[in-house]
This record gives sequence, structure tokens and C-alpha cells, in this order.
Amino acid sequence: MSDHVIDEPTEAPETPAIETLPLDAWHRGRGARMVEFAGYHMPIQYDGIMAEHLWVRESAGLFDVSHMGQLRIEGEGADAALEALLPGDIKGLGTNRIRYSLLLAEDGGILDDLMVTRLPGGDLYVVVNGATKYEDLGYLREHLPDDITINHMDEHALIAVQGPKAVDAVERLVPGVAELVFMTAGAFAWNGVALWVSRSGYTGEDGYEISVPADAVQGFADALANQPEVKPIGLGARDSLRLEAGLPLYGHDLDPETTPVAADLGFALSKRRREEGGFMGAERILDEREHGSALKRVGLIVEGRQPVREGASVVDAAGETIGRVTSGGFAPSVGQPIAMAYVPAALAVAGTHLSLSQRGKLHRAQIVPMPFVAHRYIRKGASK
Amino acid sequence: MSRHYTPDHEWIDVDGDGATVGITDYAQGQLGDIVFVEVPDEGREVAKGGEAAVVESVKAASDVYAPVSGTVTQGNPALVDDPSLVNSDPEGEGWFFKLRLTHPSELEGLMDEAAYKEFVSGL
Repeated sequence: MSDHVIDEPTEAPETPAIETLPLDAWHRGRGARMVEFAGYHMPIQYDGIMAEHLWVRESAGLFDVSHMGQLRIEGEGADAALEALLPGDIKGLGTNRIRYSLLLAEDGGILDDLMVTRLPGGDLYVVVNGATKYEDLGYLREHLPDDITINHMDEHALIAVQGPKAVDAVERLVPGVAELVFMTAGAFAWNGVALWVSRSGYTGEDGYEISVPADAVQGFADALANQPEVKPIGLGARDSLRLEAGLPLYGHDLDPETTPVAADLGFALSKRRREEGGFMGAERILDEREHGSALKRVGLIVEGRQPVREGASVVDAAGETIGRVTSGGFAPSVGQPIAMAYVPAALAVAGTHLSLSQRGKLHRAQIVPMPFVAHRYIRKGASK
Repeated sequence: MSRHYTPDHEWIDVDGDGATVGITDYAQGQLGDIVFVEVPDEGREVAKGGEAAVVESVKAASDVYAPVSGTVTQGNPALVDDPSLVNSDPEGEGWFFKLRLTHPSELEGLMDEAAYKEFVSGL
């Protein structure tokens, strides 16, 4: 028996020694299976991906996402400077408000997806992907004016608590967080430890992402895991949850070859920015927005039980490759295989049937609207 | 009846010139939740070390190799309806296929249970 398709990334030859994150021993002590991911040892699973995934959908899961990059961008006009690189309205971002945006290359290709928060006082808190953080830092330093400083907060861990009961568990430890709504954040404290708490996440569920000083994260993780609603969850279930939620993953569904329009992330192009332009790749991106892109990211339900995974081809009736699967797997909450793929824009219509080719075998699939599992964010004005 | 193991984590129970093949408990533990199994059809010729079946977990697809050469006499129909049998009973009801051996001497290079246990403890 031998694996020939594995989502767990393998170590690149030039990669330096794998680093250890603050909760490494904590995960191992709780029976996690560890793998190398983005240059770190990370927990891939505890009890099993299926059980962990379903637990998050009904209760709350604790994810260690400390490999992600936390940046603080400071200085007069930091928001305007960042707008030269991102298509989002950062100048108009209110205090304690979070926005999803994209770091763009000069040709409009996507270098990373990220979250930007306006901190009290005006500075910006930015969370970027772990696998890209050092490249992002270099790119930001190269393109931002010298008087804008970037502080890589690598002495901070990042914990996500996700699921419908996350609010109950976190509110018990950190009173007041229940008042936050989706895509807002604030400063809180636990046992004298300063926390920055965001009501956000990447599972489609309600929940929080909490920035914690690394020297206090073990105690905080213990306190969270001691709550009856909470179990530690590995990155395997994080991936299946975000896939069901229709959320693209950088390095898989997003990369420098894709643009925001092809990736169906048009919502990340803020209205003012669309009108004014002035961001990396604006000409190409605004043209694509008006006239369409060649390919478009879609969601697929795969017929049968066999998962179709990243790397499979979308083929036409003659067997010619016309697109590619960028994420795919068995969806525990849906009960069947699902996938994301790039297909010719003319075919990117819900209800369209497609053929997928994987290891010499054809699979039937149908384009469906995403998300595959409805989001359950707690928005402003919504009653609990 | 004798049981042998491969370094690729297949087991094979041999009874005369017939045999039953599956993957070991260690292997299912490494794979995690099994969501799909493709077993070979009756009559298919398989070669020692060649692909004979596919097993897919939530995260990954893996090939299952034939421990020895032979002709498939039956794929396990129960795995089509309930792939998780491989997790719950890998070395029993979760067997993959039965075959008729064409070169019984190929069994000689395989591990016995003690040797396989030692092999796994070193992984």
C-alpha cells in the first residue's frame, strides 16, 4: 500500500530545519499526529478528521493557527499606502472592523489573501498565510514607503475557536466577546493576559480568532480545551471545513496565476477602489470585471463516492483538458465528494455537468452554488 | 492457514492455493477515515507488487498492491456500501479481495506476524 495523492505538503529540499510553534508539546501531549506544514510541525488530526469536522459543525473546535503571519502596519497614511497593493477599501475601514482582501502582484495575480483590521489609534493589524508570510513581508517592505513600519508579531500565537458553541466557551473565559459581530474585533483580557479577539474564521462557522502572547498561549489553550464545548482540532478538518464553506485556500485555489475575478472574489474589490483604480494590476482586473475572465472558480458535487482531488483535470467531451480541480475531497457534512475547480467562464453556471479525469478514470460532476454548507456567521442586527 | 505481511502494509491469508488480502490495522490507522474503496473484479490478473485496489481516506488516495501474483476470484462487495469496515475491522470483515495464487513461492519473501510487528515498531 502506498500513498500517491497526499494533501499534506512534503518538505521541499531547500527548506531549512522545521520550526516548532509554542503549542507543539501541547498538541503532542493530547495525541495529535504532527506533520510538516509551512515550515512548522503542525497537528493534522487528533481523533480523526471526520469526527473532528462534525464536532466543529455542532459544537466548537480549537485550532492552532500560529503558523500564520500576524503583522502590525504602523505610520501616518499606512492605510493609503496599503491601498496601492490591495483592492480593498482600507482607508474607509472603521476602527475594530475587519476586511478580507488580497495582496496583488503587478499583473493582478494573487500573491496572498489576508485579513486587515483597523486598530484603535489607526494602525492596521494584518493576518497573512503561513506559507507566504516571509514573501509577503518582503513584498510589503519593498512597496510600502519607508516611513510605514511593519512589525512581524512573531512573539504572538494565534488560536481559532470555531463552531456554533464557540461563543459560549469563549465568553465564559473572556466576558464581553459575545458582543462582537462577524468581522469586528477588540482588545480583551484573560487572567491579566492581553488578547486581541476577532469574530472571524475560515470554517464557515461562527467563532473567534484570538491573538495571544506566545508565553501565555499554553495556559489559554488549556483553559479553552477544558470547556465542555471545545475539543482541539487538526488542520485536516480545517481544510475540509473551509472547502465545504466554499472558501478558497491560498496555494491551492488561489495563486499568482489567478486573479480576483477568476477566483470569484469580486466582493473583495471595494466599490470606491473599482471606481478609482490605483491598485496593483487594476487595469487588468477592472477589464476582467467588465468583460469577464477566461476561467472561473466554481464548486462541484462529484457523483458517486470516490473523492476527486487537487490536480485532476476538467475535460470536455473529446477528452481535452479545459480546466483543473484545485481542491477536492470527501465532505463530511455533505456526505459525498465535493471539489473546487477552474472552468471556462461560459460553463461556470450552476447545473452544468462536467467530466473530471483523475488517474485515468472519468468522474461526473455538477456545478453547484457555493457554499456547500451554509455559513453561520453572527452578523450585525441578527438576533441570537 | 498462514498469514503473511508486506512492507507496504498488506496482509495475506493463504489456504492452499487460495488467499485473502487486506490492509493492516497499522495501515488503516495511518490513513484515517476511509471513505471509498475500489476492489478488483473477478478474473483480473494481478502481479506481485502491482496495483490491485484503491483506498481513499478523507485526505488521501492510496494504492493497495498485490502481495503475490494471482487471479482475483472475488472483490469484497461489502466495502462498496461500507468503506469504513476497513477502519473498524481491517484484518477481518474489511478484507479487499480473494485470489488464486499463480506463484506460491512468492510468499517466501513476505514477513510473518512477529517480523511485521518489529518492522512497524521501527517506523
